[in-house]
Amino acid sequence: MAGIVGYGAYVPRNRIKTEEIARQWGKDPGTIRRGLLLEEKSVPGLDEDTITISVAAARDAIERAGIDPKKIGAVYIGSESHPYAVKPSGTVLIEALGIGPEVHVADFEFACKAGTEAMFVALGLVESGRVEYALGIGADTSQGAPNDALEFSASAGGAAYLFGTKDPLVEVLETFSYTSDTPDFWRREGEFYPRHGGRFTGEPAYFKHVLSATRGILGKSGLKPADFRFAVFHMPNGKFPLEAGRSLGFQKGQLETGWVVNTMGNTYSGSSPTGLAAILDVAEPGDKILLTSFGSGAGSDSFVLRATKLLVERRGRGRTVRSMLDGPRRYLTYGEYAKFREKIIVNE
Amino acid sequence: MPSPRYWREIPARFRLEACRCTSCGTTSFPPRLVCPSCRGRSLERTALSRTARVITSTVIHVGPAEFQMEAPYAMAVVETPEKARLMTQVVDCDPQSVLPGMEVSLEFRKIRREGKGGILCYGYKAVPRL
Amino acid sequence: MREVAIVAAGMSRFGELWDLSLRDLFATAALEAMEKAGADHIDALYVGNMSAGKFVGQEHLGPLMAEAIGLSGVAAGRVESACASGGLALRAGFAEVASGMSDLVLAAGVEKMTDGADVTEVLATAADQELEAYHGVTFPGLYAMIARAHMQAFGTTEEDLAWVSVKNHRHGALNPKAQFRREIKVEDVLRSALVAEPLRLLHCSPVSDGAAAVLLCPLDQARKYTDRPVKLLASGVATSSMSLAGRADPAFLDAVQRSAERAYKMAGIGPGDVQVAEVHDCFAIAEICCLEALGLVERGKGNQAARSGMTALGGRIPVNTSGGLKSKGHPVGATGIAQAIEIFEQLRDEAGERQVQKARIGLAQNMGGSGASSVTHILGRV
Repeated sequence: MAGIVGYGAYVPRNRIKTEEIARQWGKDPGTIRRGLLLEEKSVPGLDEDTITISVAAARDAIERAGIDPKKIGAVYIGSESHPYAVKPSGTVLIEALGIGPEVHVADFEFACKAGTEAMFVALGLVESGRVEYALGIGADTSQGAPNDALEFSASAGGAAYLFGTKDPLVEVLETFSYTSDTPDFWRREGEFYPRHGGRFTGEPAYFKHVLSATRGILGKSGLKPADFRFAVFHMPNGKFPLEAGRSLGFQKGQLETGWVVNTMGNTYSGSSPTGLAAILDVAEPGDKILLTSFGSGAGSDSFVLRATKLLVERRGRGRTVRSMLDGPRRYLTYGEYAKFREKIIVNE
Repeated sequence: MPSPRYWREIPARFRLEACRCTSCGTTSFPPRLVCPSCRGRSLERTALSRTARVITSTVIHVGPAEFQMEAPYAMAVVETPEKARLMTQVVDCDPQSVLPGMEVSLEFRKIRREGKGGILCYGYKAVPRL
Repeated sequence: MREVAIVAAGMSRFGELWDLSLRDLFATAALEAMEKAGADHIDALYVGNMSAGKFVGQEHLGPLMAEAIGLSGVAAGRVESACASGGLALRAGFAEVASGMSDLVLAAGVEKMTDGADVTEVLATAADQELEAYHGVTFPGLYAMIARAHMQAFGTTEEDLAWVSVKNHRHGALNPKAQFRREIKVEDVLRSALVAEPLRLLHCSPVSDGAAAVLLCPLDQARKYTDRPVKLLASGVATSSMSLAGRADPAFLDAVQRSAERAYKMAGIGPGDVQVAEVHDCFAIAEICCLEALGLVERGKGNQAARSGMTALGGRIPVNTSGGLKSKGHPVGATGIAQAIEIFEQLRDEAGERQVQKARIGLAQNMGGSGASSVTHILGRV
């Protein structure tokens, strides 16, 4: 059975508090924190981007798998903030990690779902037997427009999943994808900041797809929420994933571990993949895990996963998500944040 | 930076590829044709460890135009366990905290970009091991 | 090899010389030297210049400068070794005359730095492009690391560094061609803006335009041009690893030591015989390290030389009576020649208020990059 043979995640060390952003725009920090359930978010350094984050995460994934990188037959990075409009992120990564040159590389995009999308394709390729190992990565350094609600949540980070058929740390039991054309959030070519449909991003977009995909996978696999130890959903803010989980019948205890958004923010394509990594850092053999992502536009990818004994043996070889979220970090002022996110106009 | 010049250095910049002299054992970075220690010509490919120690450092306040946004930033000469030395920025820390003997990891980061439309150039930077 | 003399010198003012182009600067210095020698021709011209290509988009300075002084047709070429370009041009002229190939050679240096180029970026080309400049290090940054290594090994302080700038300004105030002719205090230095820690603005030599030229001929022909020739006793050139990371000891300038050893050997003297010296103080720490590498002070003791007055006018061995690069200015390619000119004037008793009494042997040391190249010349009173 194909599964995850290695995983890794990366969260940058810089942070900005919700309070600091609220103060900048004359908003009441308490209201925002309570409304979005966000305390702080990660901020990439000027020297970090989707590629550097993917490299850091994939390095841990390869380390945990303990395989020769040259055996990786496919590399897919899903992101909404690939550094180039034309020139792949994946090719930089393979050179950094010593993968290839015999390797298939493609970049994926689908707003916040691009990560699980890359994972889905990597899994399928391995299951088909066409490649021995395949990497599916979700990473982003998403932008939020100044003085917009998304500025509180758009953050940076990502996770990498190496799929294979031998010695999985996590088995993939089922997948289900639910997609429709729903213009809830988009960015046209050449625009610096994305735009969104306000409240339209809720029920008709996020909830419709997350709930439908999850109900679909539960139906297809014959499982109930109570069968799972953990569940993680895409986290555009602190509230949505908890509401989604509750409507589907999951308990708080099942949602807690993967719910990393309140201090990490929404890492877009990295969101549910990083939440999953946080779960894998502590899951016990036999634990079933549900993951449902969401990407505006819109669609959701759902996975049913099961941890194996090998997960516990191997996970010590890489960094845990909590060590990066709770470990050494630096808080920025809004001015520093604006500089790091290149929101300040300069002559080129 | 012109693309071919950047591309040629990728093995060294991305993977810390170095060379080891089979005559005297000296590891030098980046790879070269002649051993700087014994002038030997028999060099085998190797890669440096991704850990190092700071030898000397400074904090740059006035940098080249394209690095000015990052200023002040720390730069250091660091030495890997193979006794190869390299010059690198030290990031993700207070620049004032960088001192000789500090242990660092060599991480993959974006080093520079050629203005708004040019290529992005990647390489190694040191991050303190805490 | 024939014995070689310097018979005349010419120099523009050093500073921000907006009205003078690269050619004008060169012509100013070259014509002054030729007029003083009463020479109406030369056999060859060596132009020391670091980076006219990047500063003003102009390469091919040999023919350009020959033409600028009306001597198109003469043998000419540019010599480059970053900040040691001037010194290397002098060495090339020395060899040309000593070998018998030419009888009258103009060794000159010129740099035009203020025409709008990104000076930090251009100067960084003297460092290793792939290993150093690529990562964002600057010239001051490299010397700052050398300073910190020296501080760690020998307890050198920021104040010790400041004393070098103070001494050199005191000298420069007496030099009519210097860029800065005002004294400064230690407090001024320590309060100036940080450039690359621990180096502050007033620890660093300035950006300057300028040119300098000397005429060389065989010693036995010198009386045609002057009744007070100065003999070029020796020339030593050496190189070291380009990148600071490639040097065994970042606090030690081994190229300087080697170039000096070669010069001392050729002249048959030792550091103790040197009575006046021009030393490459691109940054205050450089003077300290150069003094040690030249053997003029013991290793680790360079930090006391300026503070104690040893290297001031009136001290045991005055260093940088011209004001050094710090106060006189540092038009990169011209510096090596300007250093030789100061020693030339000292050995002819023409240094005015800066005169070191009865100096018979002087040394001029010019360095490129963060110490990757060094040229040392020894001059002697005839």
